[in-house]
Formats: sequence, structure tokens, C-alpha cells
Amino acid sequence: MELCWMTVKEAREALDKGELGAGELARAILDRVEEVESRVRAYINVFPGEALETAEKVKGGPLAGIPLAIKDNICIRGLETTCASKILKGFKPPYNATVVDRLREAGYVLLGKTNLDEFAMGSSTENSGFFTTHNPWDLDRVPGGSSGGSAAAVAAGECLAALGSDTGGSIRQPAAFCGVVGLKPTYGRVSRYGLVAFASSLDQIGPITRTVEDAALLLEVISGHDPRDSTSAPYPPHKAQELLFKEVRGMVLGLPKEYFGEGLDPQVRGAVLEAVRVLESLGCRVEEVSLPHSPYAVATYYLVATAEASSNLARYDGVKYGYRAPEHKDLYDMYVKTRSQGFGVEVKRRIMLGTYALSAGYYDAYYLKAQKVRTLIKRDFEEVFRACDAVVTPTSPTPAFRMGERLADPLTMYLSDIYTISVNLAGIPAVSVPCGFTREGLPVGLQIMGRAFDEATILSLGYAYQGVTDWHKKRPPV
Amino acid sequence: MEYEAVIGLEVHVQLKTNSKVFCSCSTEFGAPPNTHTCPVCQGMPGVLPVLNRRVAEYAIKAALALNCQINPLSVFARKNYFYPDLPKGYQISQYELPLAEHGYLEIETPQGKRRIGITRVHMEEDAGKNVHGEFGDPHSYVDLNRTGVPLIEIVSEPDIRTPEEARLYLQKLRTIMRYIEVSDADMEKGELRCDANISIRPKGETRLGVKTELKNMNSFRHVQKALEYEIKRQQKVLEEGGIIVQETLLWNPQLGATETMRSKEEAHDYRYFPEPDLVPLEVSQEWLEEVAASLPELPDEKKARFIEEYGLSAYDAEVLTSAREMADFYEAAVKAHPDNPKALANWVMVELLGRLHAENKSLLEAPVTPQQIAQLVALVDKGTISGKMAKEVLAKTYQTGKDPQQIVEEEGLVQLSDESELEAIVEKVLEDNPKEVEKYLAGKTKIVGFFVGQIMKATKGKANPQVVNKILIKKLQEKGEQQ
Ligand SMILES: [Zn+2]
Repeated sequence: MELCWMTVKEAREALDKGELGAGELARAILDRVEEVESRVRAYINVFPGEALETAEKVKGGPLAGIPLAIKDNICIRGLETTCASKILKGFKPPYNATVVDRLREAGYVLLGKTNLDEFAMGSSTENSGFFTTHNPWDLDRVPGGSSGGSAAAVAAGECLAALGSDTGGSIRQPAAFCGVVGLKPTYGRVSRYGLVAFASSLDQIGPITRTVEDAALLLEVISGHDPRDSTSAPYPPHKAQELLFKEVRGMVLGLPKEYFGEGLDPQVRGAVLEAVRVLESLGCRVEEVSLPHSPYAVATYYLVATAEASSNLARYDGVKYGYRAPEHKDLYDMYVKTRSQGFGVEVKRRIMLGTYALSAGYYDAYYLKAQKVRTLIKRDFEEVFRACDAVVTPTSPTPAFRMGERLADPLTMYLSDIYTISVNLAGIPAVSVPCGFTREGLPVGLQIMGRAFDEATILSLGYAYQGVTDWHKKRPPV
Repeated sequence: MEYEAVIGLEVHVQLKTNSKVFCSCSTEFGAPPNTHTCPVCQGMPGVLPVLNRRVAEYAIKAALALNCQINPLSVFARKNYFYPDLPKGYQISQYELPLAEHGYLEIETPQGKRRIGITRVHMEEDAGKNVHGEFGDPHSYVDLNRTGVPLIEIVSEPDIRTPEEARLYLQKLRTIMRYIEVSDADMEKGELRCDANISIRPKGETRLGVKTELKNMNSFRHVQKALEYEIKRQQKVLEEGGIIVQETLLWNPQLGATETMRSKEEAHDYRYFPEPDLVPLEVSQEWLEEVAASLPELPDEKKARFIEEYGLSAYDAEVLTSAREMADFYEAAVKAHPDNPKALANWVMVELLGRLHAENKSLLEAPVTPQQIAQLVALVDKGTISGKMAKEVLAKTYQTGKDPQQIVEEEGLVQLSDESELEAIVEKVLEDNPKEVEKYLAGKTKIVGFFVGQIMKATKGKANPQVVNKILIKKLQEKGEQQ
């Protein structure tokens, strides 16, 4: 078996048995990066020297010697953290994100930091301030976003697994586009400390892996209460074993009719419904349900997320770190030029949207109303979860689209996230699992949503599904 | 036309916790620039605030002392604006659901007691400081040591009617903050900052006039002066047929005048919204009771008790309770000499404070202990020394720190009260001054003072004045009868 295609679980066993050395594994992955990176462009920075050094010195821990990639909006002490934005070029945080501290304790090997849409704002990685990442299944197509770099790296064998962040689908949608597993944990499950904020009430870090089992292994390491994040839930991390082995027989799955209507690609629909039949064959019962406020999710999301973003991104002002416009007349001019030159088009669009939504005279009509709808969306799920154990939907209405196809039309781009956004608004967990391919050979993702803090149900379902399917074992042509 | 002013005050009080409100950096004042900072208070990407529980405790304490109702759930909010001393581009404050509401504070005005309503008390973080031209170059610098130092904002109802009331309100607020030990509330040090909203209206009118906002008043005196100026200015505008423009004004202490800072149109839109990085603050009944139990006796209660228990006048009680250390000093003295609390009040307020004021010192720097004051008054009460001697003894205690008893003993300052001894001295003084005796007998009774002076001189001031008076009158009467 080629080392670069190993799962975390397989590598763990091989390393533990002494059949494989951590250095050997790291070198194999770095060779693969060398081979395909010029075509995929998943990474903003690769650290071959440091990776090999860490691998050689590796001691114990559940992830000892496992080479991982980290999305470049997660802070690592002393290493450039750019968020794929010119405004943060050169910024080296003097602190680790909590997830990075936990990965280090677990013995991971850092390979590099992956590309994203600038400040995680986008669904294609085309909004990166530096370059676009390519989908390993079709280099002319986008890998999805915003964690497109992480998803592409996992799919292309450029790491065993990666961390992404998900504000409206940014882990699940690229995972679906790239044929890998992406888990957005419950809001509060994983500490946000050190994750550069896009929309604080929606952001959540999660794993992108080849198998559901690997996602559970990573979640076990990165989750759990963190006193540095006031919104982190007071629960200890779950054991991977508890996350995977819930009895799926007898579980009730809800199929929300709003997620199978207009705009859904027929091939995606076919693959997802076929996956539902597989789950039925495992003993699950399927029921049609309704999430009546779904049609308002995108509008609600783009008010809440942009409002928070407009405030979160105010700190990039040229005063303390990052980019400062070289020439300016006075303070105001410095602010205007720094932010005009430092931010990309989409980031500016969202800052303006959010600023508007919070402005005096508009607050009630936009931000406040959005918060009210958010509550209604949350209630929709509470209602459905009274009768269902999980909700099953497509992850994205379409497979990966062509580069440039949606760039000129932000509204169409925003609709890429139509099936993933509600999960963030409701704060619940969801996982995207590969469930087939289109005739063009593009992966399709199945989304399984669960109750808050019930990752065990959705991961057990995904794990059982992968036990009887092979979609996750297919490798891209790149 | 007679006008009345309608004034509301927004006061920021710096809480003296050891660490900042959302990180563990020190709040110590005066450190080299940017040494008390961390990624959180520097506003670096990805870091998160965590509420310092001690700040909430101090804020609850302050709100309770201001008779507020504490909200069981209060919400932090972001106040958004750009400024280099605000590293996140927003200040974490509270907006829609503040920590506490519906309180009041009572002030003692020359016209009697007045109750000033308190709209709300909320927590927020301080900003840093921009430094211009201090390093001999044309650049501006930012010092973030103060960023994240905890503040509470106390907003009053527009219940204040005169600049004097405004000053009294602020002084009372300072007294309370010091009593409960949450802040030193020193205006000169910026630990208490005051903005005022002020409008005027014809007396008897119930509707409010257009208000202006006054900023940059850095002492109690300046607050009063700025408000006096602004009332006159508004009055003049109205009398000349003009209208008041809603604007923010800066007090210029050099000019003794207010200047326009920004118009209503230029006012910031702070785009407040709930802070998503912090959960709402829950104040349980249990916590509330715990904090309430830690509150000391407050100035108003203490004043009432001093009047009741020690028979002091309202004025004396007010002065003695105007600072907790003064009340404590006084009560320690009363404890050491419980028989004469009124005299002790006098000695503390007049003699001791007089000396301290002359040297610009506070009571905490007094070189005299409450026990020494008590000993001194006890010596007077026993008749050992006279009041006049006691003043000299206090002066010596003040200089040397020696106990009054010791000074009296060392210097032989014991008062001469022995009647037979004094009689002889009186007799001698009268014999030596026959002309003055004649004058007295002719009806110039005021000349008694002359004899007392002579007797004091003869006894080096040790004669007990009451005894001397008694003997003197008796002897002079005898002389009259002899004639
Ligand atoms: Zn700090």
C-alpha cells in the first residue's frame, strides 16, 4: 500500500507495530506533496524540514507521528498565519490555537498550512488572496471552500488528515467536493481559541479525513472544554470508541423535503437517495420531515455572519501587525488605504454588508430579525429531533463547479452553502461522507446532521455506512 | 425668564482589580509602555476574552451600594469604532442588558436631601493611550497597558438641577466607591471620569430642552465650572432668540469655556451588538447574597448611626463619614475613650484635620493615632491639662509621635488646680496691680482678662482656667466689700 493513502487508523497501527517509522511516513507524504502540489496547490506553506525533524523525534500520543495539515486560519506559534489574506501576510502569532496545543500533546507532525478563501469567506477557495486550489478529481474545478486547501490535501494524499473550520459549510462542502469526510462538531465542542474569527457565533474547527473513523480519532484529540474560550462547552472529550459504535439499527432518519427540491442536481439527488437506501438496509427507518424555515437560512446567515465579520475584521487596521499601506496622509487615510489594499473583494463585500446590517436604523430590520429567524431555524431542528435521531441531506446541491463559473455572481456562490448553513445557525453537528460519483467522476457528499453534542449518532451512522460502501476508498486521478 | 438646568451624568469608574477584565495582565499603573499586554489585550487574531469574575464581583458591589437591581442575566456587547488605542476595533461593553438598573444615590445639599436616580451600571473595558511627540520624533505611538483595565459606567437620571448638585453627586459617588474599596476614584488620576448631558428649560416647564454633551472635565471643580459656563451659554443663546444645537462639547480649562468637539451629524454610529465571544453573565441569588454580605456599612447608614449613637450634629457626622478612613479613625478614638464622643469629633475634625490640610496630607498619613487623640481628650476631661495645653501637646505628638501622656509627664505640663496654691498666686497678682484692681472696682469688668493673663504668666500657663476664674472673681468681690 502506498503510504500517502493510509488512513490515520492504519498509520497508527503500522507505527505502533513498528512496521513503519514516523520519519519514513513523513518523507513519503512530503514526496507526494512534491509530486502533486504544483497542480493541486493545497498549501500556502509546507514545512518539510520541521516535519521531518518532528517525525524523527516523535514520542508517544494517539497521533504520534501522524502527518497532518492545518488550515491557515488556525494559529501556530511562530509560524506565519495568513488567512490567505494580504492584510495578514507575515503575521506570526506568539501563541498556539488550543487545538494545536492538543495536537502537539497527541504527538502530531505538522506538514503545512493550507489554502482557504480569504478569512474563510467563500465556497471555492477562489477568494484566496494568494492563489486558487484545484480539485484533485478535476483540476479545472474548485475544491470547494473555504477549507478547500485542507480538503484537497487530504483527497490528493498530501497529508493523512487535516483541520478545517466551518462557519456555513466550510468543512463539509469542500469535503463533499473532494470526496473526503468532513465533520463540523457542535458549536462549543471544540475550542475556538486561536482560530482567526470570521463569525464567532458560527465558527467551529473540525477534522477533514478519509474515513469517519479518522474523524472520530481527531475529534477525540481536539475537543473538550477550554477555559480560554468562554463559549466552549463544559464537557470532556469523547472517546473515539464511544463516537463510532452506537447501534444504528432502529435509528430514525429524517429526510427534510426542503433539501430535495428545486436546484438540487439530479445526479446528486440520485447518489444521496441511494445512500439513504443503504442506511435503511442497515436497519434505519426513514421518514420525511420538514424544516420549514430552511428557505430563510441563506439570508439569515449572510446577515449574522457578515455582521459579526464586520466587527471581527476591524482589528486589521494597519496599526499593530500585518499590512500597512506604505503611503498615507493621516490616520484616516492610513485606515482606508490599508484596508482597501489589504482585503480582497469578497471580504470587503461582507464587511460592508455586515456594517450596514448593524447600522443605526437598520439593526432591527436586519440583524435583529436575522437573530429571530435563527431561533426559528433552531426550533425547526429541535422539533425534528424529537422524532428523529439524525437528519440526512445532500451536502451540496451540486458537485464541484468549474473555476471562475460563479465568481462573477456572489448570490449563486452563496447558494452553494444552502444545505450546510442551517447546521451552523442551529449550532448542531453534521458530517459529510462520500456517497458516490457523478458520471463526470465528481464526488458527491451525504450530509448527516445530529442533535447538539450528539456527534456519536452521526459518526456511528457514517462509520456503519463506510463499513458497507467503498466510495471513500476511491483515489483521484491527480 | 428664569431657567432651570436638567443635568445627567455618565461616570466611568476604574475598578482596582489586580488583573484586567478579559485577560490576566496586570492593571498596575505606570509600567513601561506595552509591558502589561498579551495577545488578548493587544487584539491579536483568534484570541478570545474571558471575563475576570473579580471584576463582576466589584461591579455588583458598586451597583448594590448604589441601590440598583442586579439583572440575573446581563449581556456583553461590542461598541464598534476605529481608533489606534482600541486594538480590536471595538470595545467590549454592555448595552441592552446591563449588569444593574434602577438605583439611586442621595446627596446633602444646602437646600436639603436630594435623591438622584441611577439609570444603569454596566461593565466595560478601558482603551489604551495614544502617545504623541514624546520620543522626539514626528510619529505617534500606542501604549496598550491600560487596554482592558476594568471600568464600570454609572449613568444617572437627568435628576440633577445645579452644577453644585453635580459636584456633590460626584463626591458622594467617590466616597461610596472608596467605602466599598472597588476604586480609589481619583479624578485627577482618571480613575473617575465624568461626562455630562445638560439642557435648560424655563422654570415650571416639564418638557426637556435640547441637550449638549460635555466632556473633558478632569476634577470636581472643573465639572462645576463647566456646567456653570454651559448653563450661562445656553441661557444667552435662548435669550438672544437662538436655538440650542445638539452637539458634543469639550471643556477647555485654560480658556474656562466649552468648545465644539463634534456635531450630532458627526456622532459615531457604534453599531452595538451582543458580543458573541462571551456568554451572558449569570448572577445567581447565592452570589448576589454573598456580595451583599461583603458590603461594609455605607456612608448614609454610618452618618445616621453617628448622630444616633454619639450625639453628633448632622454636619459633624457628615464630615466624619465623608471618608471611610476618617470614620474608622474617629470610631477607633471613641473606642479608646468612650465618654466624650463630641469632644473627640472636634479634636479630629478641627485640630487634626486642620494640621493635615495645612500640610496637604491625608488622614492616612497622619502621624497621630486614634488612641493618642483619645488619650489627649481623656487628659482634658480629667482636668489634668487644659484645652489650651492640649493643643500644644497635640502639636508635640504630631511632631514626635510621642503619646500625650508621656509629653505631659516629661514636660511637667500638669495643670495647676490646687485652690490654696492658686489663691496665693491670685492674691499676689492683685497686690502687684492695684491700679487695675481699682479700675475693675470702678466697673471696668473686662479687665479680668488682664488678671487671668498675669496669673497664667506666673504659672507658665499651667493654671486651671476654671479654678483661676472662680478664685479671681471671689477675691475681687472681697476687695469690693472691703472698700
Ligand atoms: Zn492582556
